[in-house]
Amino acid sequence: MSERKRTETRMVPYPSGSFVPERDLGAQPVLECSHLGIEFGGLKAVEDFNIVMGPTEIGGLIGPNGAGKTTIFNLLTKVYQPTHGSILLQGRDLNPLTTVEVNRLGIARTFQNIRLFTNMTVEENVRIGLHNQIPCGMFSGILRLPAYFSAEKKQHEKAMELLSIFDMTGLADVKAGSLPYGAQRRLEIVRALATAPKLLLLDEPAAGMNPHETEELMENIIRIRDQFRIAILLIEHDMKLVMGICEDICVLNFGRIIAKGTPEQIQNNPVVIEAYLGKQRSEAGAEKEEKA
Amino acid sequence: MVYFLSNLVNGITLGSVYAMIALGYSMVYGIAKMLNFAHGDVIMVGAYVCFCAVQYWNLPPAAAVLVSMIVSTLLGVLIEGLAYRPLRQATSLAVLITAIGVSYLLQNLALLIWGATPVIFSSVVPDFKVRLLGGDLIITSAAIFTVLAAVAVMIALTLFVSRSRTGKAMRAVSEDRGAAELMGISVNRTISVTFAIGSALAAVAGVLLCSTYPTLTPTTGSLPGIKAFTAAVFGGIGSIPGAMLGGLLLGLIEIFGRSYISSELGDAIVFAVLIIVLLVRPTGLLGKPIREKV
Amino acid sequence: MKRNSKFVSNLITYGIVIAAWLICSFWMGNGMSSSLKAMLVPICCYVVLAISLNLTVGISGELSLGHAGFMAIGAFTGAILSTWIIAAFPEMNKDLVLTLAVVGGGVTTMIAGALIGIPVLRLRGDYLAIVTLAFGEIIRNILNMFYFSLDGSRLFGSFGNPNIPGKMIYNGAMGIKGVKMLAHFNAGVLLILFALAVVLNLINSRSGRAIMATRDNRIAAESVGINITKYKMMAFVTSAALAGMAGALYANNFYSIQSSKFNVDTSIQILVFVVMGGIGNMRGTVIATTLLYLLPELLRDFSQYRMLIYAIMLILVMVLGNNPLLRNLWMNINPFRKPLKRRAKADE
Repeated sequence: MSERKRTETRMVPYPSGSFVPERDLGAQPVLECSHLGIEFGGLKAVEDFNIVMGPTEIGGLIGPNGAGKTTIFNLLTKVYQPTHGSILLQGRDLNPLTTVEVNRLGIARTFQNIRLFTNMTVEENVRIGLHNQIPCGMFSGILRLPAYFSAEKKQHEKAMELLSIFDMTGLADVKAGSLPYGAQRRLEIVRALATAPKLLLLDEPAAGMNPHETEELMENIIRIRDQFRIAILLIEHDMKLVMGICEDICVLNFGRIIAKGTPEQIQNNPVVIEAYLGKQRSEAGAEKEEKA
Repeated sequence: MVYFLSNLVNGITLGSVYAMIALGYSMVYGIAKMLNFAHGDVIMVGAYVCFCAVQYWNLPPAAAVLVSMIVSTLLGVLIEGLAYRPLRQATSLAVLITAIGVSYLLQNLALLIWGATPVIFSSVVPDFKVRLLGGDLIITSAAIFTVLAAVAVMIALTLFVSRSRTGKAMRAVSEDRGAAELMGISVNRTISVTFAIGSALAAVAGVLLCSTYPTLTPTTGSLPGIKAFTAAVFGGIGSIPGAMLGGLLLGLIEIFGRSYISSELGDAIVFAVLIIVLLVRPTGLLGKPIREKV
Repeated sequence: MKRNSKFVSNLITYGIVIAAWLICSFWMGNGMSSSLKAMLVPICCYVVLAISLNLTVGISGELSLGHAGFMAIGAFTGAILSTWIIAAFPEMNKDLVLTLAVVGGGVTTMIAGALIGIPVLRLRGDYLAIVTLAFGEIIRNILNMFYFSLDGSRLFGSFGNPNIPGKMIYNGAMGIKGVKMLAHFNAGVLLILFALAVVLNLINSRSGRAIMATRDNRIAAESVGINITKYKMMAFVTSAALAGMAGALYANNFYSIQSSKFNVDTSIQILVFVVMGGIGNMRGTVIATTLLYLLPELLRDFSQYRMLIYAIMLILVMVLGNNPLLRNLWMNINPFRKPLKRRAKADE
């Protein structure tokens, strides 16, 4: 299934030199980063990061540990303030905005080390994600005005609808902290989706999942993209997942992009193989030894 | 001019006491990452023990101070072992509430043992006065001893922390408890040592505090304790020179605030300083900025 | 099903308060001792204070050590208001005067809470706790500088200057004197029910979930678009307002009251009620406050040990409550524990 998906997409060049899926060519890109960078006390954690994402593109961010992948997510969600460059979300500059405002504009994320509201139930977690989608003021809550009841009802229905994506409606009343690991990762994705994002950032969504769960997750990510018509950018070490569903892949090393392209291009790129897998060097070493 | 200078002397004296208490606060906070609310009450216990040693057991002053330091050290280690150690994994809210409990326990035990009536503390330092500026500016021996003791303690502590094996272990634990443990450092032992040193300093501070302000009650320690924490935060918590600097500045602010602004609002001024410092520079004057990991 | 069980649980909490009110009302007419009678209104006030503090500590997750400061602001505003209203409008219904005083105390404290909350809530954890303590002391220090007097029905007030015309009603550090003592048990119970309704309804609403989300995981809450400052502020200001109302009722129960009553000890005492009742547990808070307030009265001979007993209880509850072994044991023998069936399903 994933093989089929991948071959369907043709990447076409975008004016700024990046590539977007052919189907997104006419539309405004959802995300444009140019020369994005951040320094921590002289250390350039991310440098000159450029990316363009079409509104229904699935992008991948890969690279060795410490390459700056999560830092990029933190920059996109404005947990960190970039020291260089710009981030445009549907043409809007995110530079002066806070994490909260960025989320309201349409970037939602999950975390590498899961951050759920562990003492609350699964449904409550999703309802918190719906916070800005179904508003209801403090006073109608305290005074139990009719607005409160209608909002509660809407929240419940919407939460159940979202949970049904991962077939989790049966777990609605379970405490989030007592869910198994894989289910916690799925719940985090549901919670992020509840904020009605235009761009979903997934930080190692398959970490800790078994091959069967990963397979399911891949199908679900594609289904989410198709159903919600959103762009998804994911960080992942599981190459089967990355190569299986990502249309455009960005390889980072030491905070810099070292390669960009479709899964085929990345798989055959010698620079990537050298930096990421360290294979080239050992082969070269072997060659040298042979010559000697 | 004389008024200003005598305020300056008083400020430095009070500041030195704060600095010594702040050192204990700061070290414990730096290493155990907890606010030892009961630290101020250890001061009070130290002062009472010294008082009893002089008054009832007729010990010479130096021996009295030593006894008071030993008792306080044991008390500090005992508190850490019984109340704080079981909470190593607990939330900081639980630890803080426990510390408040310990503080109230010490105060109320002192109330039962020594009663609510203030006792008049007889100074343990030799009594003499230095007169300057034609006799207008009087510096008491207590003031001189306090400042000298504070400077000596700071030098000794700095050397201890930077040179000794235990001092290095303390720095390692404060940097990264988990990694220090993996390197074979006993975290529990290091924290105990920190409490021991902090409590011994608290005893000295208590004796010196009461040498300058001789009324001693079970609640004597709580307000200086809180102010010393303010001083530790002011200077940058976890930093030895920071505690010293913060203590001195806070003592000066308090004395000058009382003399030149309003004597009723003296404490309010000190606390206002705390709030402003925390808002403007949450890690204090000499503290390192911290970054939250996402 | 689950929302139903929450609803029932809240009903039980209200029911306990109403049952206690009925029993006490009956008992008051049938030989309740006068010392116990005198404690009824203070108990109600402390219950409200503990509920409001539990909103800050339990629901919002911020340890506040200055709650008595809010109580003080409410108390003095309420007492000055009632004294002045009675002087200016002697014909007014006494319960209306009391209501106005309590509402006035609440509003003033709410404003003070907002002003204090702006700087305080930018801090976290231990720093926040120590700053609330500092604010509690600052409030007391500043209240000692105020003077109010009544000249006929005209109210005069000044800051730092005791020379104002008429009869002094609020005299700096000497506090307030000549309060008309309008408070009564029924008013106290009404205030408890009001506070419970506000807090419980808030918890089970969108705003309450946002407050708890902020407590449980600040970064995650921000990532789903929750304005954490707004919700921390909401909890803090609501808590302050309720504490002010309790303070106003408290002050209207005594002839005179001084600011030294509202020191750190009182703040800590309220915190003990909250911790004993269970952090975040409102029903527990109501029960624990009542019992702990009555405890010294029941053990009259041991009253000098009261704070000692409190201190030991605090330490023991914290140390034993955080012991994983004991906690598991409690989970297994607790008759009210949540069924674990669903958990098993989640593990599949």
